[in-house]
Amino acid sequence: MELVAAAALGKFIGAGLAAIGSGAAAIGVGNVAGNFLAGALRNPSAAGSQTATLFIGLAFAEALGIFSFLVALLLMFAV
Amino acid sequence: MTTTNTTTEAVAGAAEAGHEAAKAGMPQLDFSTFPNQIFWLLVTLLVIYFVLSRVALPRIGATLAERKGAITNDLAAAEELKLKAVAAEKAYNDALVSARVEAGKIVAQAKADIQKDLDAAIARADAEIAAKAAESEKSIGEIRAGALEAVTAVATDTAGELVAALGGKADAAAVQAAVTAALKG
Amino acid sequence: MAGEAQAHGEGGLAFHPLDQFKVTPLFGDGPIEWYTPTNVTLWMALAAIVIILVFAVGSKGRALIPSRVQSLGEMAYGFVYKMVEDVAGHDGAKFFPLIMTLFLFILSANMLGLLPGSFTPTSHIAVTAILGFGFFIFVTVLGFVKNGAHFLGLFWMSDAPLILRPIIAVIEVISYFVRPVSHSIRLAGNIMAGHAVMKVFAAFAPMILISAIGVVVTPVSILAITAIYALEVLVAFIQAYVFTILACVYLKDALHPGH
Repeated sequence: MELVAAAALGKFIGAGLAAIGSGAAAIGVGNVAGNFLAGALRNPSAAGSQTATLFIGLAFAEALGIFSFLVALLLMFAV
Repeated sequence: MTTTNTTTEAVAGAAEAGHEAAKAGMPQLDFSTFPNQIFWLLVTLLVIYFVLSRVALPRIGATLAERKGAITNDLAAAEELKLKAVAAEKAYNDALVSARVEAGKIVAQAKADIQKDLDAAIARADAEIAAKAAESEKSIGEIRAGALEAVTAVATDTAGELVAALGGKADAAAVQAAVTAALKG
Repeated sequence: MAGEAQAHGEGGLAFHPLDQFKVTPLFGDGPIEWYTPTNVTLWMALAAIVIILVFAVGSKGRALIPSRVQSLGEMAYGFVYKMVEDVAGHDGAKFFPLIMTLFLFILSANMLGLLPGSFTPTSHIAVTAILGFGFFIFVTVLGFVKNGAHFLGLFWMSDAPLILRPIIAVIEVISYFVRPVSHSIRLAGNIMAGHAVMKVFAAFAPMILISAIGVVVTPVSILAITAIYALEVLVAFIQAYVFTILACVYLKDALHPGH
């Protein structure tokens, strides 16, 4: 029984640690959006044509955060 | 375990709840439902694809093209109308200019006519004035001549009377000569 | 945390953030065979019906001055068509109906999933994996059919230094095969995460019935649900957009591997 409790504890600790990844992804997403805004303010005429690139960048940055969220979910509910 | 789960759910702690959920697992990882989901997904996608590619998209594309054509036509018509408006404005301006020229001509004509009338009137008046002046000059000359004659007569008479009064015998011819000389002198 | 534990002690709060994703049969309680009509069937059918109503029925008028529904369909048509043409190029326009199908299915499934009590097919990895891997296989086959062995030039950076090229090629191959994974997990993960977070906040909402601290917790959680819901509406659209535009990018790589 103690082993089960320890495993549960480890699961939750692991899930919490994995959730840190979401924060890291948030930094990445903010970086992408912030740099895009800085560039767009410098050259607003070129900004419109680059929104697709912006979203692709955001998607890539965000996907890794989603992976860490997934790891947390797996630890919580599937392992 | 299942019966205890339902009955003791009220007192389940956080860890136990997690444990219970772990028993249930993530519905996403319940592989027994995968064939079902995949089958219905494929059916849905096929239906959507066929409706879109056979019916909806060609129709929308045609409508959009039609609208684009209509807009292009309307724009061309508008362009034509604009050209017409420009031409009309030009005609109007031309008419305005010619009318102005005409008016100028009429004004000049009227001015010339008036000038002619004026000149004629001035000439007439000048002639009249000249005639009157000549007449008056003549009458003045007559008056002056008359006056000179009268002065000579009066002077002769006066001189004859004076000579008579002084006891002399007045020779009319001599008196007259003297008077004339005096008047001339 | 103490309040939460206490609440659990009093037996009020029940956290089941993942129950909403359960696949259940529509009729009866039997086992789920591959043909069983389930809530997946229902909500996918609803998505298809919405799409058919807006795009097939709504465009029936072919009016020169569009009605609201018609102009909705036309806007979506123009939006996706421009995306395909901008990203995948002119010859990508041939695959416009396919991309449009992906976009509309994901968008309407996401949006319908936001209705309270609904089921979201796109939150399931099985669904998004079929979408992602299916498109991946389609694009890869298309690349080889169109370009033959030249398609492998996608992995061989001819403008990199010669020594680095094999290393880059390995990395490129790995990243190429990770594409469908991230493509599908991104969609499912985003939708799942948003719905689970909403459900967690919803579980906090009845706190006021249980303990005094609920006076604070309940309004905060209701406000949070509202805010997260608004965010989820945005995410529902953005994820459909991102999925579609990445599909366009992959399509472009298949059609023009040498950039």
